[in-house]
Amino acid sequence: MNLKLRVWRQRSAAEKGQMVTYEVTDVSPDMSFLEMLDVLNEQLILNGEDPVSFDHDCREGICGSCGVMINGRAHGNGLFDSHPQTATCQLHMRSFKDGDTIDVEPWRATAFPLIKDLAVDRSALDRIIQAGGYISAPTGTAPEAHSILVAKKDSDAAFDAATCIGCGACVAACPNASSMLFTSAKVVHLGLMPQGQPERNDRVVNMIHQQDLEGFGGCTNIGECSVSCPKGISMENISRLNHDLLGALRAGARPKS
Amino acid sequence: MALELFTVGEPIADTKAPTDVPIGERWSERRFRAKLVNPANRRKLTVIVVGTGLAGGAAAATLGEAGYKVKSFWYQDSPRRAHSVAAQGGINAAKNYRNDGDSVHRLFYDTVKGGDFRARENNVHRLAEVSTAIIDQCVAQGVPFAREYGGLLDNRSFGGTQVSRTFYARGQTGQQLLYGAYQALERQMAAGTVEQHARTEMLDLIVVDGKARGIVARNLITGEISTHFADAVVLATGGYSNVFYLSTNAKGSNATAIWRAHKRGALFANPCYTQIHPTCIPVHGEYQSKLTLMSESLRNDGRVWVPKERGDTRDPRQIPEAERDYYLERIYPSFGNLVPRDIASRQAKNVCDEGRGVGPNGLGVYLDFAEAIERLGRPAIEAKYGNLFDMYAQITGEDPYEVPMRIYPAVHYTMGGLWVDYDLQSTIPGLFVIGEANFSDHGANRLGASALMQGLADGYFVLPNTINDYLASGPFDKVDDSNPAAIEALEGVRAQTERLLSINGNRTTASFHRELGRLMFDLCGMERSEESLRKALDRIPEIRQEFWTNVRVPGEAGRFNQSLEHAGRVADFIELAELMCVDALHRNESCGGHFRAESQTPDGEALRDDENFAYVAAWEWTPEGVPPVLHKEDLEFEYVHLAQRSYK
Repeated sequence: MNLKLRVWRQRSAAEKGQMVTYEVTDVSPDMSFLEMLDVLNEQLILNGEDPVSFDHDCREGICGSCGVMINGRAHGNGLFDSHPQTATCQLHMRSFKDGDTIDVEPWRATAFPLIKDLAVDRSALDRIIQAGGYISAPTGTAPEAHSILVAKKDSDAAFDAATCIGCGACVAACPNASSMLFTSAKVVHLGLMPQGQPERNDRVVNMIHQQDLEGFGGCTNIGECSVSCPKGISMENISRLNHDLLGALRAGARPKS
Repeated sequence: MALELFTVGEPIADTKAPTDVPIGERWSERRFRAKLVNPANRRKLTVIVVGTGLAGGAAAATLGEAGYKVKSFWYQDSPRRAHSVAAQGGINAAKNYRNDGDSVHRLFYDTVKGGDFRARENNVHRLAEVSTAIIDQCVAQGVPFAREYGGLLDNRSFGGTQVSRTFYARGQTGQQLLYGAYQALERQMAAGTVEQHARTEMLDLIVVDGKARGIVARNLITGEISTHFADAVVLATGGYSNVFYLSTNAKGSNATAIWRAHKRGALFANPCYTQIHPTCIPVHGEYQSKLTLMSESLRNDGRVWVPKERGDTRDPRQIPEAERDYYLERIYPSFGNLVPRDIASRQAKNVCDEGRGVGPNGLGVYLDFAEAIERLGRPAIEAKYGNLFDMYAQITGEDPYEVPMRIYPAVHYTMGGLWVDYDLQSTIPGLFVIGEANFSDHGANRLGASALMQGLADGYFVLPNTINDYLASGPFDKVDDSNPAAIEALEGVRAQTERLLSINGNRTTASFHRELGRLMFDLCGMERSEESLRKALDRIPEIRQEFWTNVRVPGEAGRFNQSLEHAGRVADFIELAELMCVDALHRNESCGGHFRAESQTPDGEALRDDENFAYVAAWEWTPEGVPPVLHKEDLEFEYVHLAQRSYK
């Protein structure tokens, strides 16, 4: 099939960007969206033009590197009834029709500064983890694994939250550019397990504090985050986070800095 | 044949393992004999760790906790993206939680045998010992492993073993283990013990007075090329399967760090050992960038077959039973569809070579669930494999409940890598190599659920204990940018960058990578022969020559430039490919993932030659035009006796 792509081109954060139109021909329905971009880039290089920069790595929907706005939706999720929630690398071109025009843009959020074209800097998410998204367990100090019992339902629910891949789609999809779904997934994952209890109150206040410092917006329960999430992380996590936060503040927990 | 391809140098030996005590005491004895660094002195010592996967992330976090100054480098935007994240199945540990007779010794035994007797007993035994502590560590970090209703950890069984020792977190075990290590690493970054260098790629090793003292790296965003110094350097940069272009590895996975360290003097061991995984979604077009693995567990219920007649293009559902060849069940009646990875892969290739392969390009075999669906009912199959069926349908657009899946083998893991001793130190003092980047623990064939185990064993427990012995031999002279070795390395990287950008030829880096990959898969893949390897060795220098005269790398050095990153990696893959072929050609035997057509039993199975090849082949880099030098490390099997593998 033949497609018209309108791609956001911006050489750097300091320069102005714009949408540029390209024609891509002979697109196979079996191609992934990123493979289609590869084909475009080969074409651009041979024409002496600058190829489109975009982040990608595992191309199996698990590393969380890839992610672009496709026709205004993060990873294109929500655009195709037939297509389950997925990362851009696992979106296949059979979801589109011959002659379609597709808009491709980077994640948009103040906390995700643009690097080039479709690539943005998501290190703010790592700094939220640094603020408390871990259990302090120095290597070699762990007790025998079976000395910690975890109810299966808690372990399963923790796992559901732990599958977040940190791609940033939730932020990009949110009208407030809030990272609440990301933060809540980690807070809930660790908070549901006995190992996570000692740091539970400090964790939630510090992570929320860091989220604010990074310039992410506030959560107003719109729900775009969860619809766009390639791993189907549920908004229930946000409720649980709010519950934890209230409890922690009542117990006197305050952010470190 | 040997003369023109390589020369034989001095033998090499791993002298760090204390072989004067029984194997079960060697690791604790080594830890006891190794020198220590007192806590006050640790903060004066700096260690560079390149890579943040299971091995690198765990090592950097642990060294930071121990009090060393750590500098961590990775090419992705976040350490959480390292390719360990994509591992699915599980991680082995000799906990014997199932009361099924497992033990450290049994895990050791299975792993030596599974590696087809081409791994070191000492290393493998240590791996088995340390395995139990890994599970404890990960549970303490909050890794959500599968649990029983009573709250205890669950286990499952994996290929190559008769016990249930595999711990798992659904189909995303690697992801959850990596996040554990990543969170520990982020905690150290917050504490200031680990300095972070995101989106930074190592491009050379700085060796001063024979010791590894730093790296040259390029900041991928600004393009700035700079030097970084330390008292020791740890490489944890993963495997090199992407030399085949199409593999199950992440697109960015590359050999550059280990290859450039090799060119600085580190020996490269067993480069030809490649593991091929039999159950992958087949290639579907020229443009394809990546292969996706389907879990090996599918072969528990799926039956593998191809049409008996070549060129039979009927819809598989129209082919009657009598005209199907269930070739694995026919050739291996006792193991059937569950033969090990190397055997299932090679037989798939054989039937495709005979012209009986299925799918658009004839490179595929059916994995058929019709019989299982009839026997167990569709709901049972959905419960067992539903997510895999959905993934298959999403990628191929075909419904595997209705039409048999099509699968084909794919390159998955490389057991070769930089040579290291028992301390995981390479032949360059101060350069340590851990995880898939070294060669040490898997022999010629990696069993399922053992790569995650090695990555974490090296990162959490082995390296943090052995590196002290080296660091205690300090203090080391101060090195900075004015050092001639640093200037030479920095200028070398700059010159190569400029050269790549100035060629301005007619072919893209991807076209070279695809050409090299196809050649390697065809001639140095699942089956190699003297003829195929010689053909490859004739062609690779031509590809290299054409690359350096006709590649087109657009853009500038001082900017975010993904084509430039790729070009440097492809240049290294071309050189590595040549060494892989030399290694495969010289090893005139078959073992594990290395199958030489000339060395097989009368009924077509891999035939080892223990008399002549029970050694590690460690290669020394030589300049272009000079044949590489082979150093042999003899392998001794004191505790597991050499025996032929059989699956009939």
